[in-house]
Amino acid sequence: MSAVHVAGVSKIFNEGTPKQVDALVDVNLTVEPGEFVSLIGPSGCGKSTLLRLIANLLEPTTGSVAVNGKTAAQSRLDQDYGMAFQQAGLFDWRSVAKNIELPLELKGWDKDKRAARAKEMLELVKLPEFADLMPWQLSGGMQQRIAIARALAAHPPLLLMDEPFGALDEMTREYMQGELLRICAETKTTVVFVTHSIPEAVYLSNRVVVMSPRPGRITEVINVNLGANRGEDTRAADNFFAGITAVREALRGTHADHANAGAIRGVEDR
Amino acid sequence: MKPMLRRAAYRTGMFFVSVALVAVLWELYKVVGPEKGGKLFGAPILPRSNDTAMPHVWEMLSRYAEPEQRSPNSNLIWFVVLKGAFYSFRLALVGFILGSTIGVALAALMSRFKTMERGLLPYLVVSQTVPLIALAPLVVSWGGKVQIFGFTWPRWLSASVLGAFLAFFPIAVGTLRGLKSAPAASLELMESYAASWKQTLFKLKFPAAIPFMVPAFKLGASGAVIGVVVAEISTGLKGGIGRLIIEYARQATADPAKVFTAVFGAAGLGLAMAGLVALADVLLMRNRPKETTT
Repeated sequence: MSAVHVAGVSKIFNEGTPKQVDALVDVNLTVEPGEFVSLIGPSGCGKSTLLRLIANLLEPTTGSVAVNGKTAAQSRLDQDYGMAFQQAGLFDWRSVAKNIELPLELKGWDKDKRAARAKEMLELVKLPEFADLMPWQLSGGMQQRIAIARALAAHPPLLLMDEPFGALDEMTREYMQGELLRICAETKTTVVFVTHSIPEAVYLSNRVVVMSPRPGRITEVINVNLGANRGEDTRAADNFFAGITAVREALRGTHADHANAGAIRGVEDR
Repeated sequence: MKPMLRRAAYRTGMFFVSVALVAVLWELYKVVGPEKGGKLFGAPILPRSNDTAMPHVWEMLSRYAEPEQRSPNSNLIWFVVLKGAFYSFRLALVGFILGSTIGVALAALMSRFKTMERGLLPYLVVSQTVPLIALAPLVVSWGGKVQIFGFTWPRWLSASVLGAFLAFFPIAVGTLRGLKSAPAASLELMESYAASWKQTLFKLKFPAAIPFMVPAFKLGASGAVIGVVVAEISTGLKGGIGRLIIEYARQATADPAKVFTAVFGAAGLGLAMAGLVALADVLLMRNRPKETTT
């Protein structure tokens, strides 16, 4: 059973109106359990749309999305996945621990069980002493780690991330990438990860899905297995750079298309 | 804690400074202003500065320590005004609670159903353009006449209803804005948890609305006070500060300082209500980021 199975999916916004946008056309993607898959591509390539289709925050125009062998709608109801966004999006009025407990609270867990799980998650993200602080007292990187703890609190088998480290500085970002890999290895979580950054996608992923815009589609899938024990040395290794080059070339192809298409369409639009 | 205390002390200090400044301006006008009023650019807008129209500040203050009537066993004015203000305060509090309940419920309803907002909001705006004075006798006439399941409508409740009438509007509008202020990403997060409408309302939208609700409730609190005092004045309801204001105003020629004691009592009443909301503000916002709402 695949963790995610996207078959023949298209998503068209404002269909039949002058503002029609073909966000995704005929997308097929399968993610196996335990895999780390990144979606990368220029703005407007539909990578965030694809993530939201998997999360059932959007309905596909055509095609089907299955998560854990269930429909996307059912797996959302069952909280089979956790989600993290570019903004940590912690609730200002809740302490760090209470933020992590939020999904459990909504599921109707009792208080002791919630508190125990929050403690466990805080240890997982290595911030156990911050339980009673308020989110705004934490740095951006810490807030994002709490957001990951919240996303994983219900122990979902799948983690969906939409540019979670996009707002962090480079040093924090690299540290967070390492932490994410460690957490996913410990919890055996499958990840679908949207990013703008080529090194980030290559460093983290088993597979990098390269997408292109107008209409949004998958142009290439690149295998980059850097092995289980990635660390600082990996970032200087030859196969890391080989991966980056491969993804960059795939993206360059889509970029050229994008530029031309953009020029022509830009005229048409007016 | 210390900077908070210092800020509170600073604010209190500034309040007294500004009150003193108004008193100084008042006395200054009495010195330079025309005794029998005056025209400015042909319009008779300068108020009379004689002691009947504008008694000295110290006369107003010393009046508090004198008896209300000439009769020997009359209470001192400060006691009568305080009693009247407290009576009106209770009515205003009932009106405020009534108005907040209705206002918040309306806001929740309007945030839930777009059609409700479109259909209801214009009526709410129109409701505030109806002059309260016109409405007051009508609502007050319910007193003693309306009976619901053995509950007889007391006369004082009419004053509270008029207070609620002025209070609910800013609260409804402010709360509605607050409920809509929840960030899209947080709403998406709640959706990803398959949270129900009720869960989203109470765990996200209301907490996110608090910074918008506090100033709205401050407006609502002063609205409740105005509604109650106007109701008392226009219907002559006994016991409250509004009644004292009309009674004392009638005696203004003989005893000009007296009416001001009651007017200040009404102002104090408004401050007490605002203080109540400010206290709630401090309690609710103590754990929030320090972009203070004022």
